[in-house]
Amino acid sequence: MSKLKLATVWLDGCSGCHMSFLDMDERLLELAEVVDVVYSPIVDTKEFPDEVDIALVEGAVASVDDEKKIKKIRDHSKMLIAMGDCAITGNVPAMRNPIGPEAILDRAYIQNASAQAQIPCVVVPKLLKVVRPIHEFVKVDVFLPGCPPSADTFHTALTALVNGGPLDISALTRFGA
Amino acid sequence: MSQETDVKTLVIDEQEVSARAGQTILEVARENDINIPTLCHLEGLGDVGACRLCLVEIKGSNKLLPACVATVQEGMEVSTNTERLQKHRRTILELLFAERNHVCSVCVSNGHCELQTLGQEQGLTHVRLPYRNPDLFVDASHERFTLDHNRCILCTRCVRVCSEIEGAHIWDVMGRGTNSLIISDLHQEWGTSACTRCGKCVQVCPTGALFDKSKIGSDHPKYPEFLPYLNLMREAQ
Repeated sequence: MSKLKLATVWLDGCSGCHMSFLDMDERLLELAEVVDVVYSPIVDTKEFPDEVDIALVEGAVASVDDEKKIKKIRDHSKMLIAMGDCAITGNVPAMRNPIGPEAILDRAYIQNASAQAQIPCVVVPKLLKVVRPIHEFVKVDVFLPGCPPSADTFHTALTALVNGGPLDISALTRFGA
Repeated sequence: MSQETDVKTLVIDEQEVSARAGQTILEVARENDINIPTLCHLEGLGDVGACRLCLVEIKGSNKLLPACVATVQEGMEVSTNTERLQKHRRTILELLFAERNHVCSVCVSNGHCELQTLGQEQGLTHVRLPYRNPDLFVDASHERFTLDHNRCILCTRCVRVCSEIEGAHIWDVMGRGTNSLIISDLHQEWGTSACTRCGKCVQVCPTGALFDKSKIGSDHPKYPEFLPYLNLMREAQ
């Protein structure tokens, strides 16, 4: 059997979910026997591949760039897993929602700047008015809550998904776990 | 015949049970180890049927009844955990999560929260409704405690414990619908109210809406078990 193509993506999150994924330690070798990591912040591929079997997405959709990415990921992935609370609820990135991006940018780049006070407008993508979970943009197949989901959660869930076995998410993890 | 001896027989989840007249379906279910999820109900406080999590089905009626306030009737056939009820319970929890800013990961009650635990027990892995993201405030004017409206689910346990048990009644609810807000006295800062600083409201709050300032991070378990004990001791006097 050829290996499954696994992608991991980092949208508006802290990378903690990826750190927790790496915390699987020696169990990563076990996983590497059945999957190839074809795209991830921890490998060098720059473009999201055309055909991916499992995409793990960390982070909420907070900018026009995130929105473009999540749609492309959905189009090219057989199974999309929302990894962690930011992807599922908006979590910490969404705490700016009641305040709005203008006030946040003003606070960070004008009021608190010690030199060259200006709001970045080139290269960096435009922020969306509200940060939203990924399932508000695309269909999500599996939700894996947690901040971050533990390495054991990753291991149990991925093992079940790769082998097509039963998976009870609520027995493994919850919001804020 | 006195009320104490007026026995009702009914069926809950295909189990025959007997009850005293005037008992609620919830009381009788719990006496028989049948679990009905609740959120606004708390042992030792009067019930208001606000959260609707304890809704049950009664055979022969298309209305769902809140088990915490519905009293038992002779021959009643109650179902507490049908697919329809599970669907409603998950939706209720989703509405609660979407209504205000419940950010579990950074909440003082993370790991000790009844809303969070219920979400997990009812198999909630995401919220299908759009989040409302309301702009709410935190009242930290009290010397010992903080009120965070972002985490409040309007269960009114604080209002009831302050009125019924402490007898101070500094908490109340103002506004309607999504504009409802827990207020102290005549909508003034908690620190300037007639609060007796007993802390009962903090202990009965199911979420991180009311918390003790001396607690750090998410190390904030609550201990509402004192209530039935306190009531028992008062009755004994």
